[in-house]
Amino acid sequence: MQAQLIGKQGFHQGGRGSFPRRAFPFLALAMTLSTASPGFAYTAYVTNERDNTVSVVDLDKMQTVKTIEVGQRPRGIVISPDGKFLYICAGDDDIVQIVDTKTQEVVGDLPSGPDPELLALNKTGELLYLSNENDALVTIIDVKERKALAQIPVGVEPEGMGVSPDGKIVVNTSETTNMAHFIDTDKRDVVANVLVDARPRYAEWKSDGSEVWVSAEVGGTVSVIDPVKHVVTGKITFSVPGLRSEAIQPVGIRFTKDGKLAFVALGPANRVAVVDAQTHQVEKYLLVGQRVWQLAFTPDQKYLISTNGVSNDISIIDVASLKVIKSVQVGSFPWGVAISPE
Amino acid sequence: MTSSCRFLPRARPLALILLYLLPLSGGALSARAADPAEVRIGYLHLVESKQQPISLLDEPNDDDGIAGARLGIEDNNGTGRFTNQHFSIEDLRVKPTDDAAASAKSLIDKGIMLIVVDLPHAMVLAAADAARPAGATLFDAGSIDDSLREENCRANVIHTAPTRSMLADALAQYLSWKRWQRWLLVTGSHPQDALYADALKRAAKRFGDTIVEERVYKDTGGARRTDTGIVQTQRQIPVFTQNAPAYDVLVAADESNVFAGYLPYRTWDARPVAGSAGLVPTSWDPAHDSWGAVQMQNRFIKLAQRRMKAIDMQAWTAVRMIGEGATRTQSAEPAKIVTYIKSPSFEVAAFKGQKLTLRDWNLQLRQPILLSDGRTVVSVSPQEGYLHQTSELDTLGYDRPETKCKLN
Repeated sequence: MQAQLIGKQGFHQGGRGSFPRRAFPFLALAMTLSTASPGFAYTAYVTNERDNTVSVVDLDKMQTVKTIEVGQRPRGIVISPDGKFLYICAGDDDIVQIVDTKTQEVVGDLPSGPDPELLALNKTGELLYLSNENDALVTIIDVKERKALAQIPVGVEPEGMGVSPDGKIVVNTSETTNMAHFIDTDKRDVVANVLVDARPRYAEWKSDGSEVWVSAEVGGTVSVIDPVKHVVTGKITFSVPGLRSEAIQPVGIRFTKDGKLAFVALGPANRVAVVDAQTHQVEKYLLVGQRVWQLAFTPDQKYLISTNGVSNDISIIDVASLKVIKSVQVGSFPWGVAISPE
Repeated sequence: MTSSCRFLPRARPLALILLYLLPLSGGALSARAADPAEVRIGYLHLVESKQQPISLLDEPNDDDGIAGARLGIEDNNGTGRFTNQHFSIEDLRVKPTDDAAASAKSLIDKGIMLIVVDLPHAMVLAAADAARPAGATLFDAGSIDDSLREENCRANVIHTAPTRSMLADALAQYLSWKRWQRWLLVTGSHPQDALYADALKRAAKRFGDTIVEERVYKDTGGARRTDTGIVQTQRQIPVFTQNAPAYDVLVAADESNVFAGYLPYRTWDARPVAGSAGLVPTSWDPAHDSWGAVQMQNRFIKLAQRRMKAIDMQAWTAVRMIGEGATRTQSAEPAKIVTYIKSPSFEVAAFKGQKLTLRDWNLQLRQPILLSDGRTVVSVSPQEGYLHQTSELDTLGYDRPETKCKLN
């Protein structure tokens, strides 16, 4: 049923949908020549929103090697710092599930509160922050005790969660209130609210803690926020020739460790923007699969992975050359991605 | 009475109490400790003894529309607690015999300068002209009449309801994409049915569809419910639709809800039905679940104890537009809010997969249109491939070069 639908649409849609695919056979060929050197064996875990599964992708072989059954509507996913556990928001089951990466099975759950969508772990992996979309709350969970420590009221439809490098502040974005809420993790309270553009989806800190970037899906922008003064110091806009501006919908953001480059997933624009993180200028647009949502680096930052919801695949981007080198088929409507530390 | 007092106790009491305790701080939004600035919104709507719908599932609710406005108020107040603004709504119901101008004035006399209206087009015009000298602005959430955006447009009326032409174009784009391009058009015998039929004929012409024949279904009156009505309907509709030229789809223009609901599965030829029944173009559907809409549907059900209809969404959008204006301008002044809404920077998110903006030539909200079969959303127009130099949303309805509107 679904394959039939996609096929039909592809036939009529023409250009935008089929273009990246046409590029792949050639790129895949180039790939086989460049992956001869071993040295990493990272695993990507991709939540498939519609399938209720997590695809396990071997990034050495660049293929899906296993599919794990999880709860309903899995979206946000993080991995513990030691790589032993995955935490997955199963929104329609109102739980966060714990998956043991060794056995690749669900081994328990966390009391998330209703409709968890996105989550973030602190550096030590002891505390989990997640947004409850239906109840305008951010929940803090003690991972070891599997216990909710606090619930913090935020704006309407909270989503994005970004933990500061020092772990002292969590930034939550609320999609209908259009704000970034700065939460003091000791006080467990909102200390500042910064207005951004429509439907903010994601918050990401620079590794030195100097800036927080917040993407606005419907507004089509990324706001650069000074986390001390709590003001927007810059706004990044995107423009792709031949593409209507409404199709540019920024969601996932990632910075390189050196803080020089940022990558922004642009949703139905089917592109990942490469942004100079110092000057805020867009340097390049990388064509990936359809409706690109979230991003994750391999720990060595050699590769960046994007989840492409509509085309049911992930794109693997070579960070050094800024090229899309491979697309890997996963489940239906891939949403989030987490990558093993080794 | 302001209805905010009515809905507050139902809405997440714990969360709301906690929200009040939040520190109102933050550089960009440094709020004062003073009382919040009040934004008062009127809701002026018609109550009439509504005709029984063909399907029991379509029975009207007493809070149609205003329930959406109340949810908009609640959402605005969720933001207002961080910006030290508070929103409230004043519910004013009028009868068909009431004077809409006097009703609008009674709200304005209370200092309410932002009024959401769900009224027939003649009453919208009367209210708009009465509101204008005072500088009040109407948000037309209920009327789909094209003339209100064209020859009868007003500079103080912003439209969140889509127009007949937008709905018809949305349907025609999809039927063209399906290659169901030969239409049998069946029109009701009431004036609004003829207006919808005109919009459908215009849409057919624009998107390359052919109307092979037009038939009029006369409203002969009578009660909607009879114990054995089904027996006659089963025989009447095939007879009415027989001997038609070859066609792909039956398109019905029946805003009066007299017959269209009886068409599906009863036509002489085995053909799908669209328009006023079957595949229906609409601004919102209780089954719409894309682009975060599930959250919206859940919030609405929690508030209203029923599912969300198009009129609820149109009212919600109007109230949210006012909320956006107040948040972005950091002001509760109606004039400043309206100036912002009419400015190029204005945009609002409404679970349609893209931002909604205002057509500056007639103050109509651009919006994707859902095509619903009553159970699921079948498609969303504009369809891929209908291009436009400004916004693909402007492929729906009368575009700038065609407009008869002169705002002044």
